[in-house]
Amino acid sequence: MSVLYENVFAVTWQQLVMWSIGGLLIYLAIKKKMEPTLLLPMGFGTLLVNLPDSGAKGVIDYLFAVGIEGNELMPLILFIGIGAMIDFEPLLVNPKLMIFGAAAQFGIFFTLCLATLFGFSLQDAASVAIIGAADGPTSIFVANTLKSQYTAAIMVAAYSYMALVPIVQPPIIKLCTTKKERLIRMDNSSKKVSRTTKILFPILVTLLVGLTASEAVALIGFLMFGNLIRECGVLDSLSETAQKVLANLVTIFLGITISARMTAEEFLRVETLLILGLGLIAFIFDTFGGIMLAKFMNLFLKKKINPMIGAAGISAFPMSARVVQQMGYEEDKQNFLIMHAAGVNVSGQIASVVAGGLILALVR
Amino acid sequence: MENLVMVLPVVGKGFLGVFIVTGIIIAGVMLLNRVAK
Repeated sequence: MSVLYENVFAVTWQQLVMWSIGGLLIYLAIKKKMEPTLLLPMGFGTLLVNLPDSGAKGVIDYLFAVGIEGNELMPLILFIGIGAMIDFEPLLVNPKLMIFGAAAQFGIFFTLCLATLFGFSLQDAASVAIIGAADGPTSIFVANTLKSQYTAAIMVAAYSYMALVPIVQPPIIKLCTTKKERLIRMDNSSKKVSRTTKILFPILVTLLVGLTASEAVALIGFLMFGNLIRECGVLDSLSETAQKVLANLVTIFLGITISARMTAEEFLRVETLLILGLGLIAFIFDTFGGIMLAKFMNLFLKKKINPMIGAAGISAFPMSARVVQQMGYEEDKQNFLIMHAAGVNVSGQIASVVAGGLILALVR
Repeated sequence: MENLVMVLPVVGKGFLGVFIVTGIIIAGVMLLNRVAK
Protein backbone atom coordinates (compact mmCIF):
# COMPACT_ATOMS: atom_id res chain seq x y z
CA MET A 1 0.00 0.00 0.00
CA SER A 2 3.03 2.28 0.38
CA VAL A 3 2.92 2.80 -3.39
CA LEU A 4 -0.13 5.03 -2.80
CA TYR A 5 1.60 7.53 -0.50
CA GLU A 6 5.36 7.25 -1.00
CA ASN A 7 5.34 9.89 -3.77
CA VAL A 8 3.38 12.28 -1.53
CA PHE A 9 6.33 12.35 0.85
CA ALA A 10 8.78 12.56 -2.04
CA VAL A 11 7.50 15.99 -3.18
CA THR A 12 10.21 18.60 -2.64
CA TRP A 13 9.66 22.27 -1.86
CA GLN A 14 11.21 23.10 -5.21
CA GLN A 15 8.52 21.06 -6.93
CA LEU A 16 5.86 22.87 -4.92
CA VAL A 17 7.28 26.17 -6.15
CA MET A 18 7.12 24.87 -9.72
CA TRP A 19 3.49 23.82 -9.19
CA SER A 20 2.79 27.44 -8.19
CA ILE A 21 4.58 28.68 -11.30
CA GLY A 22 2.62 26.25 -13.47
CA GLY A 23 -0.57 27.39 -11.77
CA LEU A 24 0.38 31.02 -12.34
CA LEU A 25 0.94 30.42 -16.06
CA ILE A 26 -2.45 28.70 -16.30
CA TYR A 27 -4.08 31.57 -14.38
CA LEU A 28 -2.48 34.18 -16.64
CA ALA A 29 -3.60 32.23 -19.70
CA ILE A 30 -7.22 31.74 -18.65
CA LYS A 31 -8.07 34.69 -16.42
CA LYS A 32 -5.87 37.38 -17.98
CA LYS A 33 -5.94 35.87 -21.49
CA MET A 34 -2.15 36.29 -21.81
CA GLU A 35 -0.96 34.23 -24.78
CA PRO A 36 -3.18 31.33 -23.69
CA THR A 37 -2.13 29.19 -26.66
CA LEU A 38 1.35 28.84 -25.18
CA LEU A 39 1.12 29.68 -21.50
CA LEU A 40 -1.63 27.16 -20.75
CA PRO A 41 0.18 24.12 -22.22
CA MET A 42 3.45 25.32 -20.65
CA GLY A 43 1.76 25.75 -17.28
CA PHE A 44 0.14 22.34 -17.39
CA GLY A 45 3.33 20.72 -18.66
CA THR A 46 5.15 22.28 -15.70
CA LEU A 47 2.82 20.39 -13.38
CA LEU A 48 3.38 17.15 -15.30
CA VAL A 49 7.19 17.25 -15.15
CA ASN A 50 7.39 18.33 -11.51
CA LEU A 51 5.63 15.35 -10.00
CA PRO A 52 7.94 12.82 -8.29
CA ASP A 53 8.86 9.96 -10.66
CA SER A 54 6.60 11.55 -13.24
CA GLY A 55 5.53 9.06 -15.88
CA ALA A 56 4.93 11.96 -18.27
CA LYS A 57 8.54 13.09 -18.24
CA GLY A 58 9.60 10.39 -20.69
CA VAL A 59 7.12 11.32 -23.40
CA ILE A 60 7.68 15.07 -22.94
CA ASP A 61 11.45 14.55 -23.10
CA TYR A 62 10.93 12.52 -26.28
CA LEU A 63 8.81 15.30 -27.81
CA PHE A 64 11.56 17.77 -26.90
CA ALA A 65 14.30 15.60 -28.39
CA VAL A 66 12.39 15.07 -31.63
CA GLY A 67 10.59 18.40 -32.01
CA ILE A 68 13.09 20.91 -30.72
CA GLU A 69 16.50 19.60 -29.69
CA GLY A 70 17.27 17.57 -32.80
CA ASN A 71 16.41 20.02 -35.55
CA GLU A 72 14.05 22.73 -34.22
CA LEU A 73 11.22 21.09 -36.16
CA MET A 74 8.26 22.42 -34.16
CA PRO A 75 9.09 26.14 -34.26
CA LEU A 76 9.85 25.87 -37.98
CA ILE A 77 6.54 24.19 -38.77
CA LEU A 78 4.77 26.80 -36.64
CA PHE A 79 6.41 29.45 -38.79
CA ILE A 80 4.61 28.03 -41.84
CA GLY A 81 1.35 28.79 -40.08
CA ILE A 82 2.51 32.24 -39.02
CA GLY A 83 3.66 33.06 -42.55
CA ALA A 84 0.24 32.05 -43.85
CA MET A 85 -1.41 34.44 -41.38
CA ILE A 86 0.62 37.54 -42.28
CA ASP A 87 -0.51 40.04 -44.90
CA PHE A 88 2.60 41.90 -46.06
CA GLU A 89 0.66 44.38 -48.21
CA PRO A 90 1.08 47.37 -45.81
CA LEU A 91 4.82 46.82 -46.09
CA LEU A 92 4.83 46.26 -49.86
CA VAL A 93 2.95 49.54 -50.40
CA ASN A 94 5.69 51.41 -48.50
CA PRO A 95 8.80 49.20 -48.26
CA LYS A 96 10.94 51.94 -46.69
CA LEU A 97 9.03 51.31 -43.45
CA MET A 98 11.14 48.20 -43.09
CA ILE A 99 14.00 50.30 -41.77
CA PHE A 100 12.05 50.72 -38.53
CA GLY A 101 11.73 46.96 -38.25
CA ALA A 102 15.52 46.82 -38.33
CA ALA A 103 15.92 49.60 -35.77
CA ALA A 104 13.49 47.89 -33.42
CA GLN A 105 15.89 44.95 -33.07
CA PHE A 106 18.21 47.26 -31.10
CA GLY A 107 17.01 45.73 -27.83
CA ILE A 108 18.44 42.34 -28.85
CA PHE A 109 21.96 43.70 -29.25
CA PHE A 110 21.77 45.99 -26.22
CA THR A 111 20.67 43.05 -24.08
CA LEU A 112 23.45 40.91 -25.52
CA CYS A 113 25.98 43.41 -24.12
CA LEU A 114 24.17 43.60 -20.79
CA ALA A 115 23.90 39.82 -20.43
CA THR A 116 27.63 39.36 -20.92
CA LEU A 117 28.24 41.95 -18.18
CA PHE A 118 26.14 39.77 -15.89
CA GLY A 119 28.46 36.86 -16.54
CA PHE A 120 26.52 34.84 -19.10
CA SER A 121 28.63 33.05 -21.70
CA LEU A 122 28.39 34.48 -25.22
CA GLN A 123 26.04 31.68 -26.35
CA ASP A 124 23.77 32.04 -23.32
CA ALA A 125 23.85 35.85 -23.56
CA ALA A 126 22.81 35.63 -27.23
CA SER A 127 20.04 33.18 -26.33
CA VAL A 128 18.75 35.54 -23.64
CA ALA A 129 19.08 38.57 -25.92
CA ILE A 130 16.97 36.94 -28.63
CA ILE A 131 13.97 37.33 -26.34
CA GLY A 132 14.02 40.81 -27.85
CA ALA A 133 13.08 39.26 -31.19
CA ALA A 134 9.58 39.13 -29.62
CA ASP A 135 8.98 35.99 -31.59
CA GLY A 136 8.58 32.55 -30.03
CA PRO A 137 9.84 30.32 -32.85
CA THR A 138 12.90 32.52 -33.44
CA SER A 139 13.73 32.54 -29.73
CA ILE A 140 13.36 28.75 -29.47
CA PHE A 141 15.37 28.21 -32.65
CA VAL A 142 18.29 30.40 -31.61
CA ALA A 143 18.37 29.31 -27.95
CA ASN A 144 18.28 25.65 -28.90
CA THR A 145 20.83 25.94 -31.71
CA LEU A 146 23.21 27.65 -29.30
CA LYS A 147 22.49 24.85 -26.81
CA SER A 148 21.47 27.28 -24.13
CA GLN A 149 20.73 25.78 -20.72
CA TYR A 150 18.08 28.42 -20.10
CA THR A 151 15.58 27.55 -22.85
CA ALA A 152 12.59 27.31 -20.53
CA ALA A 153 13.20 30.65 -18.80
CA ILE A 154 13.78 32.25 -22.21
CA MET A 155 10.48 30.85 -23.51
CA VAL A 156 8.49 31.96 -20.47
CA ALA A 157 10.03 35.44 -20.76
CA ALA A 158 9.50 35.69 -24.52
CA TYR A 159 5.85 34.65 -24.53
CA SER A 160 4.96 36.55 -21.35
CA TYR A 161 6.38 39.82 -22.60
CA MET A 162 4.78 39.35 -26.02
CA ALA A 163 1.46 39.14 -24.22
CA LEU A 164 2.39 42.19 -22.10
CA VAL A 165 3.22 44.43 -25.07
CA PRO A 166 0.05 46.54 -24.49
CA ILE A 167 1.35 47.20 -20.95
CA VAL A 168 5.11 47.44 -21.57
CA GLN A 169 5.16 49.64 -24.67
CA PRO A 170 2.87 52.63 -23.95
CA PRO A 171 4.90 54.09 -21.04
CA ILE A 172 8.13 53.74 -23.06
CA ILE A 173 6.52 55.38 -26.09
CA LYS A 174 5.25 58.27 -23.95
CA LEU A 175 8.66 58.67 -22.32
CA CYS A 176 10.49 58.77 -25.67
CA THR A 177 8.13 61.07 -27.55
CA THR A 178 6.64 64.52 -27.05
CA LYS A 179 2.94 65.26 -27.38
CA LYS A 180 3.68 67.25 -30.54
CA GLU A 181 5.42 64.22 -32.05
CA ARG A 182 2.56 61.90 -31.12
CA LEU A 183 0.17 64.24 -32.94
CA ILE A 184 2.04 64.00 -36.24
CA ARG A 185 -0.40 62.82 -38.87
CA MET A 186 0.65 60.45 -41.59
CA ASP A 187 -1.05 60.18 -44.96
CA ASN A 188 -2.77 56.94 -45.72
CA SER A 189 -2.20 55.68 -49.22
CA SER A 190 -4.90 53.83 -51.08
CA LYS A 191 -2.24 52.21 -53.26
CA LYS A 192 -2.50 48.50 -53.78
CA VAL A 193 0.19 46.11 -54.90
CA SER A 194 -0.23 43.61 -57.69
CA ARG A 195 -0.83 39.95 -57.07
CA THR A 196 2.46 39.25 -58.85
CA THR A 197 4.30 41.37 -56.29
CA LYS A 198 2.66 39.53 -53.42
CA ILE A 199 3.63 36.19 -54.96
CA LEU A 200 7.22 37.16 -55.76
CA PHE A 201 7.84 38.87 -52.40
CA PRO A 202 8.25 35.69 -50.29
CA ILE A 203 10.49 34.16 -52.95
CA LEU A 204 12.60 37.32 -53.19
CA VAL A 205 13.00 37.67 -49.42
CA THR A 206 13.98 34.01 -49.03
CA LEU A 207 16.66 34.32 -51.69
CA LEU A 208 18.01 37.66 -50.42
CA VAL A 209 18.13 36.60 -46.77
CA GLY A 210 19.42 33.16 -47.72
CA LEU A 211 22.35 34.67 -49.57
CA THR A 212 23.20 37.30 -46.93
CA ALA A 213 22.35 35.56 -43.64
CA SER A 214 22.39 31.86 -44.38
CA GLU A 215 21.79 30.77 -40.77
CA ALA A 216 18.35 32.38 -41.05
CA VAL A 217 17.32 30.34 -44.11
CA ALA A 218 15.34 27.78 -42.11
CA LEU A 219 13.34 30.44 -40.25
CA ILE A 220 12.81 32.85 -43.14
CA GLY A 221 12.25 30.00 -45.60
CA PHE A 222 9.46 28.38 -43.61
CA LEU A 223 7.90 31.78 -42.83
CA MET A 224 7.91 32.77 -46.49
CA PHE A 225 6.73 29.33 -47.60
CA GLY A 226 3.65 29.84 -45.45
CA ASN A 227 3.19 33.30 -46.94
CA LEU A 228 3.52 31.97 -50.49
CA ILE A 229 0.86 29.36 -49.78
CA ARG A 230 -1.39 32.24 -48.68
CA GLU A 231 -0.67 34.57 -51.58
CA CYS A 232 -0.46 32.19 -54.54
CA GLY A 233 -4.25 32.04 -54.79
CA VAL A 234 -4.38 28.39 -55.82
CA LEU A 235 -3.94 26.77 -52.42
CA ASP A 236 -6.80 28.24 -50.39
CA SER A 237 -7.46 25.04 -48.46
CA LEU A 238 -3.76 24.61 -47.65
CA SER A 239 -3.57 28.24 -46.57
CA GLU A 240 -6.54 27.82 -44.29
CA THR A 241 -5.12 24.59 -42.91
CA ALA A 242 -1.74 26.24 -42.27
CA GLN A 243 -3.31 29.24 -40.54
CA LYS A 244 -5.66 27.26 -38.34
CA VAL A 245 -5.17 23.52 -38.01
CA LEU A 246 -1.40 23.34 -38.49
CA ALA A 247 -0.65 26.37 -36.33
CA ASN A 248 -2.96 25.18 -33.56
CA LEU A 249 -1.68 21.60 -33.66
CA VAL A 250 1.97 22.58 -33.44
CA THR A 251 1.21 25.18 -30.78
CA ILE A 252 -0.39 22.50 -28.59
CA PHE A 253 2.69 20.31 -28.87
CA LEU A 254 5.18 23.17 -28.61
CA GLY A 255 3.77 24.49 -25.36
CA ILE A 256 3.77 21.16 -23.61
CA THR A 257 7.15 20.22 -25.09
CA ILE A 258 8.86 23.35 -23.78
CA SER A 259 7.83 22.27 -20.30
CA ALA A 260 10.45 19.51 -20.61
CA ARG A 261 12.83 22.24 -19.47
CA MET A 262 10.54 23.46 -16.68
CA THR A 263 11.81 21.04 -14.05
CA ALA A 264 12.69 22.56 -10.69
CA GLU A 265 16.40 21.81 -11.19
CA GLU A 266 16.53 23.68 -14.49
CA PHE A 267 14.13 26.54 -13.78
CA LEU A 268 14.65 27.49 -10.13
CA ARG A 269 17.92 29.33 -10.46
CA VAL A 270 18.98 32.91 -9.81
CA GLU A 271 19.64 33.18 -13.54
CA THR A 272 15.91 32.69 -14.25
CA LEU A 273 15.04 35.97 -12.50
CA LEU A 274 17.91 37.66 -14.28
CA ILE A 275 16.65 36.34 -17.62
CA LEU A 276 13.14 37.62 -16.90
CA GLY A 277 14.64 41.03 -16.15
CA LEU A 278 16.89 41.05 -19.21
CA GLY A 279 13.98 39.99 -21.40
CA LEU A 280 12.00 43.01 -20.27
CA ILE A 281 14.99 45.24 -20.98
CA ALA A 282 15.21 43.76 -24.49
CA PHE A 283 11.57 44.67 -25.18
CA ILE A 284 12.03 48.17 -23.74
CA PHE A 285 15.09 48.91 -25.85
CA ASP A 286 13.49 47.43 -28.98
CA THR A 287 10.75 50.04 -28.56
CA PHE A 288 13.34 52.71 -27.84
CA GLY A 289 15.41 51.81 -30.91
CA GLY A 290 12.51 52.04 -33.34
CA ILE A 291 11.31 55.36 -31.94
CA MET A 292 14.79 56.89 -31.88
CA LEU A 293 15.39 56.12 -35.55
CA ALA A 294 12.14 57.85 -36.47
CA LYS A 295 13.06 60.89 -34.36
CA PHE A 296 16.51 60.98 -35.97
CA MET A 297 15.03 60.80 -39.46
CA ASN A 298 12.64 63.63 -38.62
CA LEU A 299 15.65 65.92 -38.20
CA PHE A 300 16.16 65.71 -41.95
CA LEU A 301 12.67 65.11 -43.33
CA LYS A 302 10.24 67.78 -44.42
CA LYS A 303 7.29 65.43 -44.14
CA LYS A 304 7.65 64.18 -40.60
CA ILE A 305 7.11 60.63 -39.45
CA ASN A 306 5.10 59.95 -36.33
CA PRO A 307 7.87 58.35 -34.22
CA MET A 308 5.39 56.04 -32.50
CA ILE A 309 5.34 53.84 -35.61
CA GLY A 310 8.98 52.98 -34.87
CA ALA A 311 7.77 51.19 -31.75
CA ALA A 312 5.67 48.89 -33.93
CA GLY A 313 8.87 47.37 -35.34
CA ILE A 314 8.89 44.95 -32.44
CA SER A 315 7.88 41.62 -33.87
CA ALA A 316 4.88 41.12 -31.55
CA PHE A 317 2.33 40.98 -34.37
CA PRO A 318 -0.33 42.40 -34.41
CA MET A 319 -0.40 43.72 -30.85
CA SER A 320 2.35 46.28 -31.30
CA ALA A 321 0.64 47.83 -34.34
CA ARG A 322 -2.62 48.02 -32.42
CA VAL A 323 -0.89 49.70 -29.46
CA VAL A 324 0.54 52.40 -31.73
CA GLN A 325 -2.80 52.91 -33.51
CA GLN A 326 -4.61 53.17 -30.17
CA MET A 327 -2.11 55.68 -28.76
CA GLY A 328 -2.29 57.79 -31.91
CA TYR A 329 -6.09 57.69 -31.84
CA GLU A 330 -6.17 58.76 -28.18
CA GLU A 331 -4.09 61.84 -28.99
CA ASP A 332 -5.99 62.71 -32.19
CA LYS A 333 -9.21 61.01 -33.25
CA GLN A 334 -8.44 61.84 -36.89
CA ASN A 335 -5.03 60.22 -36.92
CA PHE A 336 -5.05 56.70 -38.33
CA LEU A 337 -1.62 55.14 -37.98
CA ILE A 338 -2.68 51.51 -38.35
CA MET A 339 -1.52 50.94 -41.93
CA HIS A 340 1.92 52.44 -41.28
CA ALA A 341 2.18 50.66 -37.92
CA ALA A 342 1.11 47.34 -39.51
CA GLY A 343 3.71 47.74 -42.24
CA VAL A 344 6.42 48.35 -39.65
CA ASN A 345 5.10 45.51 -37.48
CA VAL A 346 5.30 42.88 -40.23
CA SER A 347 8.72 44.15 -41.24
CA GLY A 348 9.77 43.54 -37.66
CA GLN A 349 8.91 39.88 -38.16
CA ILE A 350 11.40 39.67 -41.03
CA ALA A 351 14.02 41.80 -39.27
CA SER A 352 13.84 39.68 -36.11
CA VAL A 353 14.48 36.54 -38.13
CA VAL A 354 17.43 38.22 -39.86
CA ALA A 355 18.76 39.31 -36.46
CA GLY A 356 18.42 35.75 -35.19
CA GLY A 357 20.24 34.36 -38.19
CA LEU A 358 23.07 36.86 -37.90
CA ILE A 359 23.46 36.17 -34.20
CA LEU A 360 23.76 32.47 -34.96
CA ALA A 361 26.35 33.15 -37.68
CA LEU A 362 28.42 35.40 -35.40
CA VAL A 363 28.14 33.50 -32.13
CA ARG A 364 28.00 29.78 -32.99
CA MET B 1 34.62 43.42 -18.79
CA GLU B 2 36.60 41.07 -21.06
CA ASN B 3 33.27 39.53 -22.04
CA LEU B 4 32.00 42.95 -23.10
CA VAL B 5 35.13 43.59 -25.15
CA MET B 6 34.58 40.22 -26.82
CA VAL B 7 30.92 40.86 -27.50
CA LEU B 8 31.12 44.40 -28.89
CA PRO B 9 32.31 43.32 -32.37
CA VAL B 10 29.50 40.75 -32.49
CA VAL B 11 26.96 43.39 -31.53
CA GLY B 12 28.33 45.89 -34.01
CA LYS B 13 28.43 43.46 -36.92
CA GLY B 14 25.07 41.96 -36.01
CA PHE B 15 23.15 45.21 -35.73
CA LEU B 16 24.79 46.68 -38.81
CA GLY B 17 24.09 43.42 -40.62
CA VAL B 18 20.38 43.68 -39.86
CA PHE B 19 20.33 47.13 -41.47
CA ILE B 20 22.32 45.97 -44.49
CA VAL B 21 20.07 42.97 -45.13
CA THR B 22 16.99 45.11 -44.56
CA GLY B 23 18.31 47.71 -47.00
CA ILE B 24 18.83 45.02 -49.61
CA ILE B 25 15.27 43.77 -49.10
CA ILE B 26 13.88 47.31 -49.33
CA ALA B 27 15.74 47.84 -52.61
CA GLY B 28 14.52 44.49 -53.89
CA VAL B 29 10.90 45.23 -53.03
CA MET B 30 11.05 48.70 -54.62
CA LEU B 31 12.39 47.09 -57.78
CA LEU B 32 9.70 44.43 -57.58
CA ASN B 33 7.00 47.10 -57.27
CA ARG B 34 8.26 48.75 -60.45
CA VAL B 35 8.67 45.58 -62.46
CA ALA B 36 5.68 43.51 -61.35
CA LYS B 37 2.82 45.94 -62.00
